[in-house]
Amino acid sequence: MREGKIIRVAGPLVVASGCMGAKMYDMVKVGELGLIGEIIELREDQAFAQVYEDTTGIGPGEPIFLTGKPLSVELGPGLVSSIYDGIQRPLDIIRVKEGDFVTRGIELPSLDREKKWKFTPLVKEGQKVEAGDFLGEVEETFLVKHRIMVPAGASGKIEKIRKGNFTVEETVVKIKASSGIKEIKMFQTWPIRKHRDVQERLMPDEPLTTGQRVLDTLFSLAKGGTACVPGPFGSGKTVVQHQLAKWSDAQIIVFVACGERGNEVADLLLSFPELEDPRTGRPLLERTVIIANTSNMPVAAREASIYTGMTIAEYFRDMGYSVALMADSTSRWAEALREISGRMEEMPGEEGFPAYLASRLAEFYERAGKVVCLGSDRRLGALSVIGAVSPPGGDLSDPVVQSTLKVVKVFWALDDRLANMRHFPAIHWLLSYSLYIENIKERLNSEIAEDFTALRQEAMLLLEEEDELKEIARLVGVESLSAKERLTLESARSIREDFLHQNAFHPQDTYTSMRKQYLMMRTILHFHHLALKALEEKRNLEDILSLEIREKISKMKFLPEEDAELLDAYVQVDEAFKEMLQSEE
Amino acid sequence: MRGKMYKEYLTVSNIVGPLLIVEKIQEVKYGELVEIETTDGALRRGTVLDISTEKAVVQVFEGTVGLDVDKSRVRFLGRSQQLGVSEEIIGRVFDGSGKPKDRGPQIIAQNLLDISGDPINPDARDYPQEFIQTGISSIDGMNPLVRGQKLPLFSGSGLPHARIAAQIARQAAVLGKKERFAVVFGAMGITFEEANFFIEDFRNTGALERAVLFLNLANEPPIERLATPRLALTCAEYLAFAQDMHVLVILVDMLFYAEALREISAARKEIPGRRGYPGYLYTDLASMYERAGRIKNKPGSITLIPILTMPEDDKTHPIADLTGYITEGQVMLSRELHRKGIYPPIDVLPSLSRLKDKGIGERKTREDHADVLNQLFACYARGKEARELALILGEAALSDMDKVYLKFAEIFEEEFVSQGEFESRTIIESLDIGWKLLHTIPRAELKRIRPEYLEKYYPKKE
Repeated sequence: MREGKIIRVAGPLVVASGCMGAKMYDMVKVGELGLIGEIIELREDQAFAQVYEDTTGIGPGEPIFLTGKPLSVELGPGLVSSIYDGIQRPLDIIRVKEGDFVTRGIELPSLDREKKWKFTPLVKEGQKVEAGDFLGEVEETFLVKHRIMVPAGASGKIEKIRKGNFTVEETVVKIKASSGIKEIKMFQTWPIRKHRDVQERLMPDEPLTTGQRVLDTLFSLAKGGTACVPGPFGSGKTVVQHQLAKWSDAQIIVFVACGERGNEVADLLLSFPELEDPRTGRPLLERTVIIANTSNMPVAAREASIYTGMTIAEYFRDMGYSVALMADSTSRWAEALREISGRMEEMPGEEGFPAYLASRLAEFYERAGKVVCLGSDRRLGALSVIGAVSPPGGDLSDPVVQSTLKVVKVFWALDDRLANMRHFPAIHWLLSYSLYIENIKERLNSEIAEDFTALRQEAMLLLEEEDELKEIARLVGVESLSAKERLTLESARSIREDFLHQNAFHPQDTYTSMRKQYLMMRTILHFHHLALKALEEKRNLEDILSLEIREKISKMKFLPEEDAELLDAYVQVDEAFKEMLQSEE
Repeated sequence: MRGKMYKEYLTVSNIVGPLLIVEKIQEVKYGELVEIETTDGALRRGTVLDISTEKAVVQVFEGTVGLDVDKSRVRFLGRSQQLGVSEEIIGRVFDGSGKPKDRGPQIIAQNLLDISGDPINPDARDYPQEFIQTGISSIDGMNPLVRGQKLPLFSGSGLPHARIAAQIARQAAVLGKKERFAVVFGAMGITFEEANFFIEDFRNTGALERAVLFLNLANEPPIERLATPRLALTCAEYLAFAQDMHVLVILVDMLFYAEALREISAARKEIPGRRGYPGYLYTDLASMYERAGRIKNKPGSITLIPILTMPEDDKTHPIADLTGYITEGQVMLSRELHRKGIYPPIDVLPSLSRLKDKGIGERKTREDHADVLNQLFACYARGKEARELALILGEAALSDMDKVYLKFAEIFEEEFVSQGEFESRTIIESLDIGWKLLHTIPRAELKRIRPEYLEKYYPKKE
């Protein structure tokens, strides 16, 4: 390994001389302690490295070791259910070896080297394979079949394939490629800043359901799509991200806790082994990879953490899975970028962020998508990305929010006024949008109900009307509104309180299937329709609003999907109105 | 450690604000502790902020007043700033850089701990879920505090945050338990009077015997403030995780801390972020706040209550804003309530406790707690909306239902929020007051409460 000499240390930035030949983004080991860093600038023989650990105690004169390799992650069996720091060091193993606090200079393999995995071949000797083809599989957890794929540049004929229990370092397959025999192990490495190749990219056209009514019904995300959740503190970004991690119908979840609270990570770690996947009944942890670089952990590793997570997510997408990546929060990532940029004395752009902030963000979100994976079977994979943004003071003109909005297609706007009223999820129905509705419309209507998007449209209209009417009412008083207008206000309130409001901590309410969402929305709007009709027949609005069925409507969200009362509610609305019309005649 | 020989440098080239530039140095490390001897023999301390082969930038804790370029002697001590700890530390008062201030002896250190500390491994964290009863309804009932939480008080100048913090320190208890408990108090830049208020209060209630105080007052060097909260937290970590105690840390006032940080940043000519604060303010605050928490298989805990006075009561001010992003909620004080004469003037609507959900409910507080809390929030929010409406249109223009809520908001403030400074309500008492108030609202309106609890606590009148 080549060696340079440190000439300057300023926080996470270290400058070394004698580094001629080093390449940008090569990994380095800094000082006697061997702290891990990455080269981010080269000036003649000087290399500027950002260091992923605290640099206290490092000084000029100490060596810097040039590894000549870019910062990479290990991809193979053992990823699922793991918790890593920003540069893929296993935090659970660090804890066993080093104690409750993260100390420095720890070097541990990301994947367990001792554990044996049962490898089942999927190809035969003599068969021709190309990059991306499945060679075999490992049952990593009950939920995840980990496919071992032909790495890039190893196409050829299977010379030998083994069956049985192996560690990740043992050779399981030999491929005769044009460049000679390739020995394939169960794990591969991949540089985190380079996207993994695909054959083709497709338009996202399938909804990613999340069990969250406001998201699924009003502002749905497509599998392979991108979304952002900006909001001031206390507006519930993290709860939304956690809910998505829990209930999204993705096969793999990668959760990147980027510069956020340690206790939130603890919450994930303690609740995921216990929470059940609503589709399979297995613990959610069996499909989750957690990257945790909390706010007090080194700032440069925070910058790397989202790329570490992204590369792992892409790897599972390549197996043909639908993967969802949550990054909480990209603002902290951007701040890490700003901090390093400041130390490098670069010319700042807006708010002190570097000028390349927007292009870095765009590059990151572009790694999402629905794709045809490498491999001769042309299988499909999808990687959806949901980034939280924490703008200062909730101000949406913040450069991170603005740069993000230029690239993402779904915008879930969190509003602190709603949060103060304890309306959760505090996603504002008038500010938020989804540009995927057109793409996924057909699927929604054919798979759930043919009038699904029509009902959605009507609900949105009511909410918009409510906003206008409220404005009028504020100026001239509610009394001046017509009965019909006041009914609109009440129905919109019912949509807000009985449908959009959802309690993440209530066992039934926390997750709502698409069908139940449809049933609820249909019933609420049905009431509105019949009420309109009753008004036309000169009924009193107060009588309509005091119908007892309204209390039932408000309790629908707490009922299980198969509950007779829920299924019945629609009919009961009919009956309630019939009764009212008869009794007064 | 005394007597050990260090190379002495007389090569100070520049003094800029709180920074000292030393040239022609050798073998100096980043973050190293520095001792500076002035011409009259007095000692000051500092740390290395930036180091290159030729020169070191040193931040001087006590300030650079009286230092000169040609005669100041600089020694690099080969270690970072440390705090000596032992069990004796309890009951002691220190200055902002960790020297005894109570005329007591030096602490004979069992252990020397680096004051910047190491981050807790997220995998080792235990989720805080033990409810702390503070005896204050607007906290216990609406924004419950749990052990290991960091919950700041967002205040403004002239608001009684000190009295509330002292009341919490006095009354805080975990239901049904007697455990070893300590208070660590870190004061940054507050006045003698404010600091004295705490000390007297601790003394009167006997809390001083189980407290450790680190005081950097308004007339003391601002740069020292950067070390004060870290000393307090290092001490707290020792008490919590080595001595198995439950530690409540109160840090006041974070505004002055951040201003000291800004001063250093400006002296280094760093590119400023919002309002001149450095871009790394978030990371810097997090490196302190995140030291609160619980660790698996360890009985102790650190609960952190930082207090900050928001300039012009602006919660989008960078310090309040970034603090809110790191801490697990906030308790917001309201000038409006204070003017109305309500104590404690806690505005429950923008206040929040993020960790409440696992700390409340059956066997912890009471089964109906979560629902009552949500319902009280919703009703109070609607009441305040009605109040605003009434201001514009006059009360007569309100609908009957709005009037009900308007009334609710009034009695909520008068009966639930308002209480005596020495009145400690149990959580059951607080919840019962909540139910009493909810009875003024028609039953069908209480949508946030599960039917079974409604049945139990608000039976239908037949």
